[in-house]
Amino acid sequence: MFLALRELRFARGRFSLFCGVIALMTLMVVLLTGLTAGLGAASVSAVDALPGTALAFSAEPKVSFATSSVSEQDQRALAAKAGVHSATPIGVSTAKLTGAVAVLGGVPGSSPTAGGVLVPPSLGLATGSHVRVNDQDLVVTGSTSEHSLNHLPAVYVSLDTWRRVAHTSGATAILVDAEPGADLSSAGLTTLSRTEAYSAVGSYSSEQGSLNLMTGLLLGISALVVGAFFTVWTMQRGHDLAVVRAIGASRSYLLRDALGQAALVLVIGAGLGTALATGLGLAASTAVPFVLAPSTVLVPMALMVLVGLVGATFAVRRVTTVDPLTALGAAR
Amino acid sequence: MLVSASGLAKSYDTGVVTPVLRGAALELDRSRIGVILGPSGSGKSTLMNIIGGVDRADEGVVEVDGERITDLDDDGLVEYRRESVGFVFQFYNLVPNLTAGENIEVVSNISKQPLAIDEVLAAVGLTEKKNRFPRELSGGEQQRVAIARAIVKNPKLLLCDEPTGALDIATSRDVLAQLQRVNTQFGTTILMITHNVAVAEMAHAVFRMRDGEVEHATQNAEPVPAERISW
Ligand SMILES: Nc1ncnc2c1ncn2[C@@H]1O[C@H](COP(=O)(O)OP(=O)(O)OP(=O)(O)O)[C@@H](O)[C@H]1O
Ligand SMILES: [Mg+2]
Repeated sequence: MFLALRELRFARGRFSLFCGVIALMTLMVVLLTGLTAGLGAASVSAVDALPGTALAFSAEPKVSFATSSVSEQDQRALAAKAGVHSATPIGVSTAKLTGAVAVLGGVPGSSPTAGGVLVPPSLGLATGSHVRVNDQDLVVTGSTSEHSLNHLPAVYVSLDTWRRVAHTSGATAILVDAEPGADLSSAGLTTLSRTEAYSAVGSYSSEQGSLNLMTGLLLGISALVVGAFFTVWTMQRGHDLAVVRAIGASRSYLLRDALGQAALVLVIGAGLGTALATGLGLAASTAVPFVLAPSTVLVPMALMVLVGLVGATFAVRRVTTVDPLTALGAAR
Repeated sequence: MLVSASGLAKSYDTGVVTPVLRGAALELDRSRIGVILGPSGSGKSTLMNIIGGVDRADEGVVEVDGERITDLDDDGLVEYRRESVGFVFQFYNLVPNLTAGENIEVVSNISKQPLAIDEVLAAVGLTEKKNRFPRELSGGEQQRVAIARAIVKNPKLLLCDEPTGALDIATSRDVLAQLQRVNTQFGTTILMITHNVAVAEMAHAVFRMRDGEVEHATQNAEPVPAERISW
């Protein structure tokens, strides 16, 4: 990295500018990733918190919590299957409490007595408060962790209470707890694993899809920007490279030097951007759903460095094709 | 015999095939200075590039210190250039991003048995200017850095293609004197291209080229110190 480091020193301005560009792109990628995870959690954290290994919905072209409806017969059919420990009907619907909430009924472990409701702390309701959910008068009997479904805070009631709130006699889906690999197919039902069931939450797929597309595009653009920068840079120093080749540097020496340079610049730029994004994310996480975790910070940063290196590799490949002959006699 | 080239042929195909070398040959003893003279386009640079391992001949043989470099593959040529040959170019060709000292350091980093950087800088009288960038040096000083860079690897052979081509008379004489000092101090064999017939006086051997051939090779029993050359 002898040449690389001295070039960085010599072309400080250019490299600082470029580090800045990388930092900004990393900032965007990290923020987007944190936001994607945050929005994802707001959409499906209640699904994530459900016990069991799978969820059965009524079979429809587009499985959804909003339209699914299962019967007692469906539940019995599933419960009778080999390898199934339990099959529990649950109800899921939207209702009006102080604001809109997602009401989950009959979830094992989060099912209060009839007439009771478990609410998350964010609703600010003390135990014993009387609340009205749709047209039902209920009493807050405890609190739950902060979960949400489709961006609505999740409250938990018993299945009977849910039926009264939702004005139905059935259930929305069946929570299945089964052995791995058990056959869960049943007529009229679509059984999904928990992560597959994310797509049954209305906005989740399109939301995550478009956010991930943006992140992907940003990463692609980053690769192009890095590639373009190093293409120009490599061309600019083509003559110097030819001289160094003529005096005996091997191709691999120049390639290592150039890639080392790219890696250094990328790590510095991406590091800066990540630090900045972490700060911004911390500040914003109270206002917007934003997840700050290694997977939303370090992973996008590493991806950024990786795609940058791919772009740089394409660009600096040409150092290996520099003809030492062009060094000789050429005027400068 | 350090350098022995024979039967070198080379032609360029730019639509029409132009022969540039037609059986060129030369021999130069160890620790000698050889000068190549000849009109423009007679193939001097082409011959030197082939001897230096940056270009390849179509036919013929070059041996340097017993190694047949015309048989080497690309990696072999890289190693040959790295370990055995120093180049001094007409336009110095220093790396502008590196100081004088670092320009020399690049080479000493990649060669197996380099001389000390300060030793070669002192040999060309540039100890003071070690930390200057090329743009902060005069043409003559840049060429002296180039000479230092070429000799730091302690090459068997120093190749100079019109090393004074871009310099005025006084500076040229100074650079030539440096080369002569390198020759006596380190025993480096030097092969130098020049357009200046007077420069031939400082050489042990003179090769006159014409139309891709070495027409005359003459020995010079009493080379003149560069300082005394005038033109
Ligand atoms: N890459 C090339 N492609 C085509 N022709 C070339 C190439 N390099 C050199 N030539 C031709 O070969 C001939 C000899 O070139 P060379 O550079 O060896 O001459 P020279 O004796 O060094 O001349 P000068 O004194 O002007 O430097 C010239 O006619 C030149 O046009
Ligand atoms: Mg020439």
